[in-house]
Parts: sequence; C-alpha cells; structure tokens
Amino acid sequence: MGFLDINNVTKSYGAVEVLHKVDIQVDEGEFLVLVGPSGCGKSTLLNMIAGLEGISSGEIAIKDRVVNNITPSKRNIAMVFQSYALYPNMTVGQNITFGLEMQGTPKPERDKAMAEVASLLQIENLLDRKPGQLSGGQRQRVAMGRALVRDPDVFLFDEPLSNLDAKLRVDMRTEIKKLHQKLGTTIVYVTHDQIEAMTLSTRIAVMYDGYVQQLGTPKEIYDTPANIFVATFMGSPAMNVLPAQLIEMNGAIHAEVAGADGPKHLRIEDAPDAYGNYVGKSVMLGIRPEAITDPEGADRNAKNIQSLANQVTVTEPAGADTFVTMSLGGKDCVARMRADAEANPGQPFEFAVNMDKAVLFDPQTEARLA
Amino acid sequence: MAVASSDTAIRSSNVTRTFIYLFLLLFALFYLMPLGIMLVNSLKPLSEITSGGMIAMPNEWTIEPWLSAWSTAQIGVEPTGLRPYFINSIAMAVPAVAISTVAGALNGYVLTKWHFQGATWIFGLLLFSCFIPFQIVLIPMARILGLLEIAGTTYGLILVHVVYGIGFSTLYFRNYYAAFPTELVRAAQIDGAGFFQIFWRIMLPSSGPIIAVCCIWQFTNIWNDFLFGASFASGDAAPMTVALNNLVNSSTGERPYNVHFAGAIMAAGPTLLVYIVAGRYFVRGLMAGSVKG
Repeated sequence: MGFLDINNVTKSYGAVEVLHKVDIQVDEGEFLVLVGPSGCGKSTLLNMIAGLEGISSGEIAIKDRVVNNITPSKRNIAMVFQSYALYPNMTVGQNITFGLEMQGTPKPERDKAMAEVASLLQIENLLDRKPGQLSGGQRQRVAMGRALVRDPDVFLFDEPLSNLDAKLRVDMRTEIKKLHQKLGTTIVYVTHDQIEAMTLSTRIAVMYDGYVQQLGTPKEIYDTPANIFVATFMGSPAMNVLPAQLIEMNGAIHAEVAGADGPKHLRIEDAPDAYGNYVGKSVMLGIRPEAITDPEGADRNAKNIQSLANQVTVTEPAGADTFVTMSLGGKDCVARMRADAEANPGQPFEFAVNMDKAVLFDPQTEARLA
Repeated sequence: MAVASSDTAIRSSNVTRTFIYLFLLLFALFYLMPLGIMLVNSLKPLSEITSGGMIAMPNEWTIEPWLSAWSTAQIGVEPTGLRPYFINSIAMAVPAVAISTVAGALNGYVLTKWHFQGATWIFGLLLFSCFIPFQIVLIPMARILGLLEIAGTTYGLILVHVVYGIGFSTLYFRNYYAAFPTELVRAAQIDGAGFFQIFWRIMLPSSGPIIAVCCIWQFTNIWNDFLFGASFASGDAAPMTVALNNLVNSSTGERPYNVHFAGAIMAAGPTLLVYIVAGRYFVRGLMAGSVKG
C-alpha cells in the first residue's frame, strides 16, 4: 500500500463514464504529475482526491484510510487552484490562516504558523494586503502559503502556473521544485504542460480520454513511451512517428522508410524479440528530433548511429538549436541540430540518426513493440 | 500637424461638451420642477397659495406646514400628524427589506453553488413570482393573514412584502453569484468552512454592490406600496402611503395645500435618501453580473 492509493477508481456522469479504472499508488514524498490534453479527466481525478467530486466506483485511500465518504476538510489535504481562489475580502494573513481558524486552532498558534510560512515563501511584507493588490506571482505564493500552513498529508495542485506569464512560470516552477525537495511533501500536480510534467515530477501519469495511458518516471515516459499518444504528447518538438517497413538485410533487422529520393535503410541493433514477428510488415518508427543530428553533433556514447542522406526541406534557426525538416516516410521529419549545422533548404544533407533511441509502434494498436 | 489637429479636436469637443451639459441641465430642471414647486409651496402660508402664487417664491418663509403635517394634522379621525405612520412604514420596510435580501442571498448561494436536482425548476418558479400582479393575490393573502392572526398588523405587511420580495432578490443574487468564482467556495470547503460559514465569511462580504441594488429596489417598492398597505393594514397600523392619502382626503373646509405638500415630501424622503446614499452602487451592481457573464 502506498501513501495515497487510487484503486480502480471510475467516474461517471449518468451513463457516461469519463474516467475508467484508474489505478495509481503514490509513495510518501513523491511528486506525481497528471498530464494530458484538456478533457482527459486529470482535473476530475484531482477533484476526486480532494473530495470535491464523488467517486462512482473504486476507492481512494490516504495513509491507508479510505476517504470516499469523508468531506474535503477532514481528508488532511490542501489544494492550490488554477485561479488561486484567494478570498478577496480578507488580507493575505487572513487568507493563509482561514483554514486553521475553521479548524479551531487558537490565535497564537495560527500567528506562529503564518509567520513560518510567510518567511518560507518570502511574503512577510504582503501579509496586510488584500489579494487584489498583489501581482500574479505574489498571489501564487499566497495560494501556496495557504496550502502549506495546514501541514497536510497530500498537496493537490490544479494547473497552478497556467495563469502566469512565460518567464514567471519558469521561475515558479523552479520554486515549487525547491519547495518539494526541502519539505519532502507528497504532491499530486495537474498540468497540460508536458515540460512542467517532465521537470517537476518524480513520476508522471499521462492521461488521455479518461484512461491512464502510461505511468512511469519522466525518463521512462520520454524514452520508452507506451504508445504513439504518449510519444507525441511528451516532448517538444514532438517525436517523429514515421510509417516504415521492417526488413531483414545482411543478417540484421532494418527499418525501411521512404526518403525524398528512394527508400532509406536504418539498421536496428539489439532488436527485442518482438521485432522478429514484424519482419516484412509495416510498423511506425518513432525517433525524437534530438536523435537526428548532423554527423559532428551526434552523441558520442551512442552505439548505433546510422547515416541517412536526404534532402532538407525547411530550416528553422531557434537560437540555441536549428530545427531541420526533411521528408521521410511521406511525412515531415524534424531534426534538432546545433545552431551552426550547415543545412540548407533544397540541398542534400548527411543526417546522423541515433537508432539507440528509436522505438517502434504497431500501426494498428499504436502500442510500443518491446 | 499633429499639434494643430489635436488642438481642433479639443476645441470641438469643448463646444460639444458645453452643449451636452446645457442640454442635461435643461432636462434636470424640467424633472426637478415638480419637486421644486412642492418644496416652495410647503414653505409658505396657505394664504399665499390660495391667492394664486403657486410658482412664486414665498414672501413669508414658514415651517409651520411641516410641523403640522408631522404632528398635528388630521389623519382620518385623529389629529396625530404623519409621525406614527412614518414609524409604521419604517417598522415595516426595514425588516421586510432585510429579510427578503438575506433570503434572496441564501437562495442565490444555494442555487449557484450547491447544485441539486430540480434547481432550475425552483429558480423558474421563484422567477415566475416576479410577474404575478399584486391584485391577484389580495384575497388569498387576506385569508392567510387571517389564519395566521396577523391581519391588520405591521407584521402581516412584513410577511406580504417578504414573500413578494424573495422572487426579485433571488433573481439578483443568483445572477450575481453565477459569476462568482466557484473555486473560492471549493477552497473554503477544503479549508473546513461549513455551509453558513462560507455564506457569511466568503459570499456576503463580496456582495456589496448587489446588496445595495437589492436593498434599493426592495425599499423603494415596499415603502411606496399603497395597495397592500390599504388592504391589509388600515387604521393604526397603516403605512405612510395610506396615511398620506388619508391626510389629503380627510381635511374639511379649505384644503391646506401647504401641509399636503410637506406630507408628500416626507413620504418621498426616505426613498430619495436611499438613492442618494447608495445610488452609485445601483448602476455598478446592475452591471456587475451582466458584464462579467
């Protein structure tokens, strides 16, 4: 049993099931991120953990105590909302201590807890202001202070950074991570931003269409995505997923893809057994943009770099990197190169493909072959 | 070029502005004229009015008509002046406004933040009550007041006005709270606040403008009501509006118009005062729900 157990939980509105048999165990001190596009059920799941929405079947337990029928305030959780949800009529100090007041904590203790949280978040000078007088970043801090002051078992974050501007979002992201490392609290965090998910989490649950598509560490999710949805959702630019044919050539398995001027062959080493069944059949070949580079920029530790000559269609210099697009398997395939790689549109170019990082998917089930 | 053109813009806008203000001033004077004439005539002796000087300023200023209207004028059979009836109206309007506003706020809170089966229907029925004409309910209402044994009393009037007011106050608060962020209620729930704690500590303190709107609306309607007052509370419990009518109808011989004018201003005074004090919230509150959507 974990610290927070979500056992076969479903959610239905009338006859429509919007969340199907979710099963996640979260250990103490873990930072679990629920990520997925709008409408995938991630916020619903969070609200069910909080007790703001009912559970249709299955059970949720915090510290081995089933909380299905326990009101939100008795679950010992705290939540940070997307809109911060600060009480507009109260000062920052009153906002932070409102929960303690409702629990009947005496005033001296409340003030002490408030002072501790305020110094932790560096908002001591804001305590007498009203939320309306604060900037977005300050409101965010106060909302976190309100959660922290209660010393809950589980913190719930509902897209807390989505209302901030781009720069502040990155700063606050780092701060949330620091806070987690410092306090070692258990956090469930909902976001639609895959970069937030990758940077913050110790584990990620990728959700789509009411199903948990994959649950794993950021590295597992990134390197060995369970299916094409996870592969393309996580990572920016998205993973290239190209139609290919598996063939056996010179005693090794090769992926054959259509280039701009004829078929290209990429050798696959240490192929899992499952690949054998697909020889002679079509598959989907997944390659991350950063696994396709110019030969000089290729990963020196990679065991299997395949050279691929193809025509460049577009180059997009982005400062630190240059994104080079070519046509492969009838689709646009993006490569992420050093800023000064000499690729020019319309010209042939010698790409280096790191096949260690390539993954294959079944075209019908879209599941990864392993 | 730029300087010259902006110059012209300012000049032309000044001309327009002057014109607009003159126009508005004219209309303000037009609308204020009746009140002005009432005020002027309430401050002159009766002889000056009967001699044909309605519009003229008083030759001799006097507050005698005001004193008479307030405490000695003949209302029905008793020479009590309007004072006891003014007190009746206050005793009726203040509780009726307070109760219907709080009830409307509670209804709005429940209808928007605590969804339950049939909420839309209940709101529809409450809304429907706004459109029921007063005359239709007179007889059933009289029957109910009789059964409750509060017919002919101020309590009876309070009940009638509360019942009639809840439809409107619910409409106001429901629309206002529909735009009120639900996340605040959820945050308070997680913080451990109960149903009424959320209402008192979170919802009501943020409802200033709509409370002002609701109070103005209810107070104006309840204070100015004549039909219910005349039907359910004649005699000692009559409200100001009924007493004013009695004042005007019960004087014998020469009609003391100056006293009537003074009485009429007294009857209109409280509503005017409410608009002056809380009026700026009125427009703000009416807009709040609609603009934020």
